[in-house]
Amino acid sequence: MRIDRAFVLGAAAAALAVGLPASAGDPGAEAAAMIKRDFKPRGIATIDRLNQDGVQSLCNRTHDKPPKEIAERLEKDQLAGVQWPADGKLLGDWKAGEQVAQSGRGFTWSDKAGVTGGSCYNCHQIGPNETSFGTIGPSLYQFGKIRGYGADIQKYAYGKIYNAKAYNLCSLMPRFGHVGALTGKEIRDLVALLMDPSSPVNK
Amino acid sequence: MTRDALVRYAVAAFATFACVPLTLAQTKPPAAKPAAPATQPDPTAAEFDKFREVLEEDNPAELFEAKGKELWFAKRGPNNASLEKCDLGLGPGVVKGAYVRMPRYFPDVGKVMDVERRILNCMVTLQGFKVEDLAKQPFSSETRTPDPVSLVTFVAGQSRGMKIAAPQNRPEERETYAIGREVFHYRAGPYDFSCATCHGEDGKRIRTQPLPNLTKSGEAIRAFQGWPGYRMTGGLMHTLQWRMNDCFRQQRFPAPDYASDTITALLAYMAVNANGQVYKGPGIKR
Repeated sequence: MRIDRAFVLGAAAAALAVGLPASAGDPGAEAAAMIKRDFKPRGIATIDRLNQDGVQSLCNRTHDKPPKEIAERLEKDQLAGVQWPADGKLLGDWKAGEQVAQSGRGFTWSDKAGVTGGSCYNCHQIGPNETSFGTIGPSLYQFGKIRGYGADIQKYAYGKIYNAKAYNLCSLMPRFGHVGALTGKEIRDLVALLMDPSSPVNK
Repeated sequence: MTRDALVRYAVAAFATFACVPLTLAQTKPPAAKPAAPATQPDPTAAEFDKFREVLEEDNPAELFEAKGKELWFAKRGPNNASLEKCDLGLGPGVVKGAYVRMPRYFPDVGKVMDVERRILNCMVTLQGFKVEDLAKQPFSSETRTPDPVSLVTFVAGQSRGMKIAAPQNRPEERETYAIGREVFHYRAGPYDFSCATCHGEDGKRIRTQPLPNLTKSGEAIRAFQGWPGYRMTGGLMHTLQWRMNDCFRQQRFPAPDYASDTITALLAYMAVNANGQVYKGPGIKR
């Protein structure tokens, strides 16, 4: 989190320093300035969403190829922010998880605050009965069956959903726990969908 | 086209649409195979393509093309003037081929403009409309199709079958392209999304919706094909201004201003990437 803030401040200072006329010739700075001029808050989509945090800024500037040492440092930092369940139980209810996986709602200007799903099927194949699934992410069908049902895999699944950037800094996947899109319970239910031997995912 | 012909058109189009959801539901495959069939042809998409072919013979977009043509030649606005002197980049009044040669730099305003923005500019300078009024409700709703939407559809129809040829001769045009590329890759917001998150790789889908890779020259034409388009979801006519707006909504961003520099830059980036590909004219979208 500390590094996050430092990056945000740095990025903001850089944006101020370049200003409008001085940014000519630097398309990245021009684009950032243009976006800040042209976007307006709407519904729950506030204007501060345009600010890049440390991870976003680094991935943008390096075209998703950050220097290894910096990436590792930031990934560690992101991992440190993951809030693990107090009781240590990572496996919830796979049926509830399926509902979370199905819902693509949340965070758009036409959504209500607090109504947020996991959007999982938008990008992943998961359960065998849902044929309308996206392919931006890998197939998660038979997740536990293929990878095993061990505690380490459970922990990885929970952490990955909570903050995908903790494992791959410029991953295309959102940081669902980190940004408060999903609660700890919802993430546990998703872990169950992937990891419970009785989940249809593992049949 | 006569009024009767228009009505017949609408009825035929409606009758065809009415059976679409049913047929799509019937053809839904029973169950997925274990491995993600990312490389296999998607049955839903293939089915839709078949419908599109049938529908495009009676394309409702043509209604809006006809309406736009009427608007283009009608004396309107506080100045009681037509748009016949509007310069879309090929000289005053030249509409044929203009759509595929935009966004472009317009010396009279010292700016790069996309087609909708240039039409708005002509409506202001020639007809005396106020840009605030035109920008108030710029997108189609159940009760209203804004005039610029019909006008863009008319202008687009006049480039049917032509190759996209967005110019890059002027430094301003090259700068706009470069900025557009950065906007395309600007990752921010609660989900860390940029345009490239969904449109930066080949052969991907959201649910069953195929996603063109708009960073690639051969494929970027898919950002233009079918737009302006009659969208079956909601049954409304939309232009690329709307498409960009709704992409930013799904990107979880705040709302971009209508006809803003940012949208022009994005459209310039994609148009130049699509250069050399044939534009088929206003179409039908899912």
